[in-house]
Amino acid sequence: MSDTLVETPVPVEPARKRRNWAKIAGVAALLVVLVFFPVITGTEVAYLKAGQYVLIGVVGAVGLTLLVGQAGQLSLAHPFFLLVGAVSYAVLAGDAGESGDLVGLGLPPLVAMIGAVAICALVGLAFAPVSGRLRGIYLGVASLSLVFLGLYLGQSLDMLSGGTSSGRPPPTFEVFGFRFANTEPAPTIMGVAIQKQQRLWYLFLVIAIGSYLLARGAVRSRVGRAWRAVRDNEAAATAMGVRVWWSKAQAFTVSSAFAGMAGVLTALWLDLVKPDENEFIGTYSITVAIGYLAMVLIGGLGSIPGAVAGAVVVNGLPQLLTLGATEFGWFASAGAGGLSPVLVSAFVYGAAIVLVVLFEPGGLAAIGRRLTSRQGDRR
Amino acid sequence: MNTFLQLVLNGLGKGAVYALLALGFVIIFKATEVVNFAHGSLVLIGGYFVYATKDALGWAGAAALGIVSAAVAALLIERLLITNARNADVNSLALLTIGVDVIVTEEIVRRLGADIPFVGDPYDALPLQFAGLTVFRTQLVALIVGIVLITAFFLAFRFSTWGVAMRAQAENKEAAALMGIRSSRVTATAWLLAGALAGVAVLFMATQDFSGAGLGRGTHAIALIAFPAAILGGLDSTVGAVVGGLIVGLTEALSAQYISFEFSKSAVFLVMLVILVIWPSGLFGTRELSRV
Repeated sequence: MSDTLVETPVPVEPARKRRNWAKIAGVAALLVVLVFFPVITGTEVAYLKAGQYVLIGVVGAVGLTLLVGQAGQLSLAHPFFLLVGAVSYAVLAGDAGESGDLVGLGLPPLVAMIGAVAICALVGLAFAPVSGRLRGIYLGVASLSLVFLGLYLGQSLDMLSGGTSSGRPPPTFEVFGFRFANTEPAPTIMGVAIQKQQRLWYLFLVIAIGSYLLARGAVRSRVGRAWRAVRDNEAAATAMGVRVWWSKAQAFTVSSAFAGMAGVLTALWLDLVKPDENEFIGTYSITVAIGYLAMVLIGGLGSIPGAVAGAVVVNGLPQLLTLGATEFGWFASAGAGGLSPVLVSAFVYGAAIVLVVLFEPGGLAAIGRRLTSRQGDRR
Repeated sequence: MNTFLQLVLNGLGKGAVYALLALGFVIIFKATEVVNFAHGSLVLIGGYFVYATKDALGWAGAAALGIVSAAVAALLIERLLITNARNADVNSLALLTIGVDVIVTEEIVRRLGADIPFVGDPYDALPLQFAGLTVFRTQLVALIVGIVLITAFFLAFRFSTWGVAMRAQAENKEAAALMGIRSSRVTATAWLLAGALAGVAVLFMATQDFSGAGLGRGTHAIALIAFPAAILGGLDSTVGAVVGGLIVGLTEALSAQYISFEFSKSAVFLVMLVILVIWPSGLFGTRELSRV
């Protein structure tokens, strides 16, 4: 896997300052837009839902790019951890349901969310004997077995997952008495009522930014250096004093925890936890595994901003096109068997993968780096 | 006992089909070190051409056309994409084939629309009775065709000029080039052959007997089962592909009967996991995995 995370060396002092200001201004502007996004969208909640879906993708993709790009372990198991996260949250925070045939521990939602992430991390750690021994494609296909296992377990353990027919509703999220649900009266920002979807947007945004910062911290620290060392040459890493098996297990565990968080968010986003009926279409299916892989690949393997960009492309595009279809009647003429939003976005990201591999192995991150370095004057 | 024999025969028939697919992966991997994730879409292309031309050409003609089209599609992937991405490492190329797979699969599924056609007309849904056993005819035909093709492949691989050239190249690319072996011809033939095998396999996969479902996303998912087959046998071993295919076929058939139908696919992957934990490069794979 290519080394995509070389921090640009800083040439001279004044140039550095100028570039940093431009960057800070850009980030600040982006943050302002994100914070005021619910105000911008106003009553058009559909746009907000699309944005939330992108943020879920960000959390998952950041986790996957650590594993695939930084630690060099190809994994297609992401949907499995999404499923484990979603079900764990529902089980930990939920109640027994009306007929009493569901398992629910009724813990506070915040505890359940943390618990779900911890469970995913432990399951990822439990996979370490496999992930530590296998390499490359062997690991990729081996990790695919988790997706099949998840499909089977989700279908057969009805009392946990709610079953394929009806699923189970995830409990409303709540922090210290503040409920992420519609209330009367609702607080407002600039005249826009902050109801359930707006609140969830802020929740997702905070978690996505937190994930981003955590991952960046890991990459820049000793942990990330160990991952890259193991990725590039295990023997050399051992010689440098890196515990290879632990470093590998660590990467898989951390990545699983990120996926688990994305799973909890997925449950909240859909307002439903429901296992898939088959392995190729669904919330936790192989298609999703390929989608996440596409995100990190389009963004540039190992690059965290790249993973964010990849999530925008892969998760955002179908949402945007679907919105276009409902709001402006795109694809209306196509009819059955014609072009659908999902189809078009699959074409786009399929083609994007091919183009990235052919022309820009560093992905969007490399393109971005080149653009920013051209703006800053390099003598 | 009779049930068991029936299951074994049907399982071997399925296994033969998986072996054809897994052999395709392995041939491509040996020739180009690329893992072809687009194998499922080659299967779909072959099946689609059979379905589209069946009425005009008759089944045999359509089947031949399907096999040829899958082979040509594989060749196109190799010529247009793989050879043009010389700078990319093999892992990126594997991911590139995922991109191809996404596009082709979506397009074929769109073209099929609401249809999920069966493409095994001459033998599908005509169970055979003999010696108190009921055997799906498709699986029996698949087993025979599989044995013939796989034997032919191994003979060619061992004795033909192409086989020698291919083995030489897999052994040492530079030395083979110095001996006057044209690398591009060897790899092109490998992809062509793998595509043709996928084209043959689909004739059995999209049938009532094999899967109970016609050509569609399901067929693509079945092709995915050939991955464990190739992996558990060892990605760079042709013998491993055949053994892996049979193990997968038998595991699927037996676990569907004795445990549950839903579990059968997971069972295949679990068997693969166990084998991989013991032998990290598959049963017959080269131990030294520096190239993966």
